[in-house]
Parts: sequence; structure tokens; C-alpha cells
Amino acid sequence: MLLRHTTAKETARQALTINPAKTCQPVGAMYAALGIHGCLPHSHGSQGCCSYHRSALTRHFKEPVMASTSSFSEGSSVFGGSSNLVTAIDTIFTVYEPDVIAVHTTCLSETIGDDLTQIVSKAREDGKIPEGKTVIYCNTPSYVGTHITGYANQLSSFIKFFSTATLKKKNVVNLVAGWMEPSDMREIKRIASVMEARTILFPDMSGVLDAPLTGKYKMYPDGGTTIQEMIATGDSRFTIGLGAYTTEDACVKLENKCKIKFEVVEIPIGLKATDRFVTSLSRHANVPVPDELTEERGRLIDLIADNAKYLYGKRVALFGDPDTLIPLTEFLLTLDMKPVYIVTGTPGKHFDESMKEMLGKAVPEAKFHSGERADMFQLHQWIKQEPVDLLIGNSYGKYIARDEQIPFVRMGFPIVDRPGHNFFPSVGYTGATNIVIKILDAFLDHYDRNCPEEKMEFQM
Amino acid sequence: MIAVEDKTKATDELIAGLKEFREEVIRKYPGKVGKKRAKGIMVNDPESPPVIQANVRTIPGIITQRGCTYAGCKGVVLGPTRDIVNITHGPIGCGFYSWLTRRNQTKPPTEDDANFIPYCFSTDMQDSNIVFGGEEKLKQAIREAYELFHPKAIAVFSTCPVGLIGDDVHRVARQMTEEIGGGINIFGFSCEGYRGVSQSAGHHIANNGLFKNLIGRDDEVRGSLKYRVNLLGEYNIGGDAFELERVFEKCGIHLISTFSGNSTIQGFENAHTADLNMVMCHRSINYVAEMMETAFGIPWIKVQPLGANSTAKMLRKIAQYFDEKELTDRVEAVIAEELVAVKTACEKARQKTVEKLAMLFVGGSRAHHYQDLFEELGMTTIAAGYEFGHRDDYEGRRVIPTIQIDADSRNIEEITVSKDETRYRPRKTDEELKLLEAGGMEFNGYEGLMRQMRQGTLVIDDLSHYEMEKLIERYHPDVFCAGIKEKFCVQKMGIPLKQLHNYDAGGPYAGFKGAINFYRDIEMMVGCSIWKEVKAPWESEDYIEAQFVY
Repeated sequence: MLLRHTTAKETARQALTINPAKTCQPVGAMYAALGIHGCLPHSHGSQGCCSYHRSALTRHFKEPVMASTSSFSEGSSVFGGSSNLVTAIDTIFTVYEPDVIAVHTTCLSETIGDDLTQIVSKAREDGKIPEGKTVIYCNTPSYVGTHITGYANQLSSFIKFFSTATLKKKNVVNLVAGWMEPSDMREIKRIASVMEARTILFPDMSGVLDAPLTGKYKMYPDGGTTIQEMIATGDSRFTIGLGAYTTEDACVKLENKCKIKFEVVEIPIGLKATDRFVTSLSRHANVPVPDELTEERGRLIDLIADNAKYLYGKRVALFGDPDTLIPLTEFLLTLDMKPVYIVTGTPGKHFDESMKEMLGKAVPEAKFHSGERADMFQLHQWIKQEPVDLLIGNSYGKYIARDEQIPFVRMGFPIVDRPGHNFFPSVGYTGATNIVIKILDAFLDHYDRNCPEEKMEFQM
Repeated sequence: MIAVEDKTKATDELIAGLKEFREEVIRKYPGKVGKKRAKGIMVNDPESPPVIQANVRTIPGIITQRGCTYAGCKGVVLGPTRDIVNITHGPIGCGFYSWLTRRNQTKPPTEDDANFIPYCFSTDMQDSNIVFGGEEKLKQAIREAYELFHPKAIAVFSTCPVGLIGDDVHRVARQMTEEIGGGINIFGFSCEGYRGVSQSAGHHIANNGLFKNLIGRDDEVRGSLKYRVNLLGEYNIGGDAFELERVFEKCGIHLISTFSGNSTIQGFENAHTADLNMVMCHRSINYVAEMMETAFGIPWIKVQPLGANSTAKMLRKIAQYFDEKELTDRVEAVIAEELVAVKTACEKARQKTVEKLAMLFVGGSRAHHYQDLFEELGMTTIAAGYEFGHRDDYEGRRVIPTIQIDADSRNIEEITVSKDETRYRPRKTDEELKLLEAGGMEFNGYEGLMRQMRQGTLVIDDLSHYEMEKLIERYHPDVFCAGIKEKFCVQKMGIPLKQLHNYDAGGPYAGFKGAINFYRDIEMMVGCSIWKEVKAPWESEDYIEAQFVY
């Protein structure tokens, strides 16, 4: 057994996290910053943070992830990181020539209390920020919240530094992307385009973290929300946030700054969440839903109906991020499956309330946990107490899946041992189709491998 | 033996252009930065290695390959040991990123043996812990870890905020050792990320901790009394240690411990019962070798079992050291037997690899070691450098007395080690050592990378992203070796990148079977046909647009 020390017996833990279902703020800020065209994320802390975050993102996306660091030494930790950041800004604009530097903090620079506003103005006074270039920044202390919080904080900094209201409102809807794959962002844009809705999607990692191999390396790939678009978000008619944990704060900030009304819906994972997103976009962009989308929806329903017998009543354990888990849980219920165990390391009432509401009657035996020590160790202990038929989560899940012989579907971050997440979206009706097919493949492959010989079926 | 031939004229011309490249790159940086970088970019002279600036701070803003002290300590040196519960004291990230990401394989002998490698343990510090201190939470975490797992040892690793808020992990470790009792061994590492200029500081801190808390705690001599060795600086990435264990066993060489691939607490505690230390990654572990020699009288030699010739050379050195016919004969028989398959594989690969160019920018030893494998493939290394090496790794250990100790190095604890009163035992008499040296054996020595590289090649310390991009644009090497952060940038340029930290999920590459794997993987890389398809047919110049005429 790989996780041989995990037993079914739960003990109350007050301090020790084992096999976390979360990571720290700055990696989220770094990921979000890559969704702005021509932007170089900068990690204000010791080198290891930047190195770890770049590695984590690179392993997941199998793409270049560029970011720089303030390279703190013991001296900067004692005397403050001001001179490190000013030097960094100078070096970056001279050598790497981005349009924007997006600075985020780390637990180190937060603990010593570096004031980014002051440091960046000093860099400006010293003439280290060339004409037409921008330095934006946000606070992402690793000891508050999780990578999801860091992503949300970065989005809010985009609003703070870019979104500008002029007198001329445009018939455009802002779409604020929660933490999702570049393939998902492509799909969101496709849906908007099929609906002929005028939208600005931000951040947009498609074309950045799924760039083609052309023989030419572009440090700032063609994709990403442009600065012009980002500024123009202040003139849009409405904002739709996709995922409360990652986008609500940005939506509120944009409303406060530019008087734009907003609605936060789930990341459109699954049938009903997609229905709500499409309805919202149709209403606020004032466009009808085209037949093409209704047909896509119908094909999804067809797939589910055809395969209902494989899905009905199956017990599922899942872990990951709340903005993904909430609609995914809802979708599993749509499939008549039973999401019985759900954990996320990201704290927040919204997750607990949504789960209670969805599962209270439908799956009364369900257990869910969020925040500190809501970890994969606990999830595994629950599975050992009463097994499940399917596990859904990031690549770390495969250790549980192997030990417990459970079919496993990879969703979330990081996925470092299979390709696919970069190519096949999970959002929209198409994404829901992909999810159902992944679940069915996992079930049926498992059956074909493990069933008695006499029960082997040619057709299923 | 595999022939290692001379290089071609074409590469000579390439090498001549490298000097120009150096000047071009330096011009790009802001004034001071350029001046500093100039000292880390050297045109090599193997006869008299130039002084290179190494192990100094990276300039803020430079996109560097380097990581931090915590990564070197917890990630590299202590990470591969399976039966220690490693608790990261800090916010969740550091523990998360060092969880299973280094491909340290391990093989517990039975289902009942401890294996904590697939686990990540963290105190997950919150803001209240930063404000009011995290020691109580750490104590409670240790209690809970003990209650759940009953490990023989628990190690605590400090992350950046721990040092800043003044949590004393060593005091907590002492208190908890006492509280839990029963002979549990709990120890802490002050390996906060900011402590050094790279992972290298973390290696040193880890070495000190190994020596203070583990080495020498178990005097029982187990197994054969003959040919007892330790292998230092081997981390079992991709199964390298498994292959070396196989080779040693076949030769009748008794491996007491590996620091730290496929290792256990007992291996460390018992390591001082060996008679020879072999240092593989000089950068990360030479301190342990030195300390064990001073305390217990175990001599050390540098070995480099990457490449079939180099592996054979290592085995012959061991035989020479123990100087017994039985061992010498067995080693020669094993080499002869193993080289049959090696030769076939090498010849097959060489049809595609000969005269190809390689660049290696990785680690603190790997950029040197892997040149042996490339030589066996008939490839030339035209540029190389370390991510976190010191001057001695480039220029050889003889320069150590001349290395300036700067503020960053002074931060790292130096422990004073003296002769162990009862257990110091010289393994060889002075006379025997002299004889061995006369026979070509070098003790406590390392030549460094520059001696092996050709005249006029480039040696670059702490390569920046900008320099990497320019190197590739200008020279189009056939294989570029670095790590995950560099991999996909380089490949976007149409050049295959071989990861020498995690081997692209391949390996092992050490030993004889490892060499075969490496030949095959490099042959695959330089022969992989997809790179020829990067341009669409309509993007080529001779593509003619045409239309039917009616």
C-alpha cells in the first residue's frame, strides 16, 4: 500500500494537516497574472516561492510559465525588501521587457510588513518604470486563505489598476473567469461567440498556457486579456462572475469603482450551472440563446439518458476547490450519483451552505468539510470507513485510488500525470459531456479489467 | 570500453563564437547587473580554470532557475528518507510543493515497514500563528503525528516566517522528544527559505542536522565485514539508487547507507561503520563526508557513476581501495559482463547522436556528471553551468581556501566536529594511503567541471532565462538539459529538453542499466520526428499556391 499509514480510525486533529487539499495564495496570484497579455508575474519574497510556483504551474500546464522574484536574502528579511523590489523592477523592464509587472507578496514579505504602494511609488520616482509601462500589485500572504484567495486577490488588483469608467457605456458584458483551465476559457469564449454576445473575458489564459509549438518562443504569448480590454471593463454594461470564491470580490470592486451591476454564478460545470450561465449571459447581453447551444444541451441529455444505468446511485468522493466542487456536486446529483464525501482546504461558509442545501435531502449520509485540516487524509479515512465507487480530484488522488482500487477521474489542480485538461474543457454542455465520458470510461475500464472472465461483456 | 573520440572541426568553430556571445549578452543588462553577470560567464580553459563567480546572490528580477534553502534541506537531502515523518512548519505552500515532486523512489522491504514519502505533513500556519507565535501549534502537530503514526523520528523544517517570528524549532524538538519519550528522535532544521542564495545553503544545513541528530547513533555492525561503503549524494531519482544497489551487490560490495536515496533512519545511524565514503553529488553532501572523516576516520573519494565508463571507474576505485584480489576479480568480471549490453545499446544510439551538441544547466553536480554520458554518445557539451554550485564545483576543491566567505555564507551554521574519542579508527595507515595515492587514487578531492570541458566552451553560473534564450537562438543545440521551468520554453523553440532533475519520468540513468536508458532516451530525443513537422507545409518558402484553371 502506498498510503499504508492511513487507517479508518479518525482522531480529532487541531494542528496537523496531512495531504492538503489546497496550496498557498501566491501561486493563485501568479496564475491569474498570466491571463493578462504582456504581463510578467513577480513574486516578492525568497526565490523558492517563485521557483515552486513556476514548477507547480509548469507541471500542470506543460507550458512555459514565466515569473520573476525579488530573491530575498537574510539581509532583506531584516531590513525590508524595498531595494530588492526596486532593483527587480529595473532589471525586469530592461531585460525582459513586459508591458505590465504584476507583483504579489509572500508570507515572507508580508511578515516583515513591506508596503508595496510605497515601494512601487519609489520605483516610479527613481525612474525605474518606463513610459507606458505599468506595475500592479496585490497582497497575498500565504498564511491567509489558499491559492483560491490569491487568485481572487489578483483579479481585484486588475480592477484597481486597470478598469476605468468613461462617460460612454458599451453594450458589453464582462465575464470574470474563476480558476479554470485555458481550455475552459476557450469554451466560455466560444459559447459567448455562438450567442453573439459582446463580452470581455478576464483573466484569459487561453493562448498563453496552451500555446502552439511553432519553433519560435514568445515570452509573452499571443493570448491573454489585453490592457485595453482590461481598461474597457469599466465601460461594460454588466459583469458576470464565474465562481464566488474567485470572482465575487472583483465584481464588487468593479461595481464600486465603475458602477457596473453584477451577478455571480457558478463556474458552468454540468448541466444546471451551464443553464444558469447561458441564461444570465442571454439576459444581460440581451441576446437570444441560439439553437446551436440548445442542440449541444440536447446531446448532453442524450448521453446521460443512454448511460444512466452506469451512473445511478454510485457513491463519489471528491476534493478540490470550492468553485469547482459546488457545481460538480450539483452535476453529480443531476446524474443521479451520490456525492458522499467532499473536502476542500479553502475555507468559507458558501461551500458549507451550498453543500448542506444540495445534499441535505438528496444524500443525507454525505460528509463534507472545508478549511483547515479538511484534507485528503480525512477524505481517505472516510473512504476507508465506507468505500466509494469513484474518486474525483487532482493527481494526488491516484495514491488513494490505487490503494483502494477505486476508479479515478482527474479534475482540478494540479494534474501532473496526464495530458488532456488543457485540451478538453469541463465547462459548458461540451465540458459536461467530457466529464460524463471520463466518468464512464473510468467505470467501464475498471469493470473490464476486474470483472470475472464469464462476466466480460463485448457490448456495454 | 566505449570509445570517446575527438570532436569535429564544426564544433571548434562554434566554440570560437562563444566568446562573442558572452559580450553580447552582458551588454543587454543594466550597468551594474551586467558587470556582476560578467563574472559568472566564463570562457573555459581546462588547463587553468578561470575564476568564476558562483554561490552569490541572484540579482532581484533576474529569472533564475534557483530555489530556496528549504527546498535544498527538506526537498533534496531529507526528502528521500522513507521512515522519518517530515513536518513542514509554516503556511501550507512549502509542504505542498515539496510533496512527491522530486521523484525520490523508495522501496520498503515489506508491507509493514514505514513509508511516509507519499504523505505531506504541515502545521499550515494561519495569521494568528504569525501574530502570536507558532510553537504551540507545532508541538500539537508533533503530538498528533506521533499518535497517528508512531514514527521512530520526526523532523521539523522551518519556512520563511518561522525565523522571522522567532519560533524556536530546536527547542520545541527537544521538549517534544522528552514529552513523548520512548527513544523517539525529534529534531529541527532552521532552513528558512531566505537563509542562503540558493538550495545550496539548505544542503549544508541538512548535512549538519544529519551529523548532529542521526549519524553514529547505532554502533551495531551488521552484515559482511568486508567492503563496507556509503554512497553520499545519491537521491534515487527515477530509481538511480536501485541500479547502483544492484551493481554493488553483484560486485559483493556492502552498501551500508545511501545519503539519501532509498534510505532509512537506520542507514544514517549506522553509516559510521563503513570503511569508505563515496561522494556522488559533491555539492549537496561533501560536508557529511568531511565530518565523518574527521570524527570517525572514514576517507572519502569522489565518484561519478553516470556513464558506463564512469561507473566502471568507480567500481575499480573501490577495488583499488580495498585492494583484495577477490574483489578486483569480481569487479572486473561484473564490468565485462555489464558492458556487453551497454556497448550494443551505445552503438545503436550513436548512429543518431555522434557529433551532436549538448548544453547542460542544472544542479550542483549533474551539469558535470552527465557530460560523461554525452561523451559516450559522441556528443560535445559546448556550454554548461550549475544552478547552485560553488567555485570548487567548477574549478576543483583546490580553490576552497581562496573562496571569500560572504555575509550569506556566514549565516549558515558551521559545526565544529572533532575526533570521536572512542570510535575514531583510521581505515588505512598513512603509508597505505600514500601508496594508494601513488597508484592514482585521489582522496578528498574533486577536479570540478572546468577540467573536463573543452577549451573555449562556455561555463555559466546561475544561468538566467535571458541568457538561455540567447544561447539557444544562437547555437541551436541538439539537446538542452535543464529542469521543468525551462523545459517548455526551450521546446517551443524546437529544441528538445532533457530534464536532469526528474528525467522526464524516465530513468534510472546511473550505473550500467542507467547508461543504457540514457542512450536510448537521448537517441529518441535527437531522433524524434515531430520536431521536423513544426512548420506547416504552407509556411515553407517553396510552397506554391495554385488554382485550377477551367
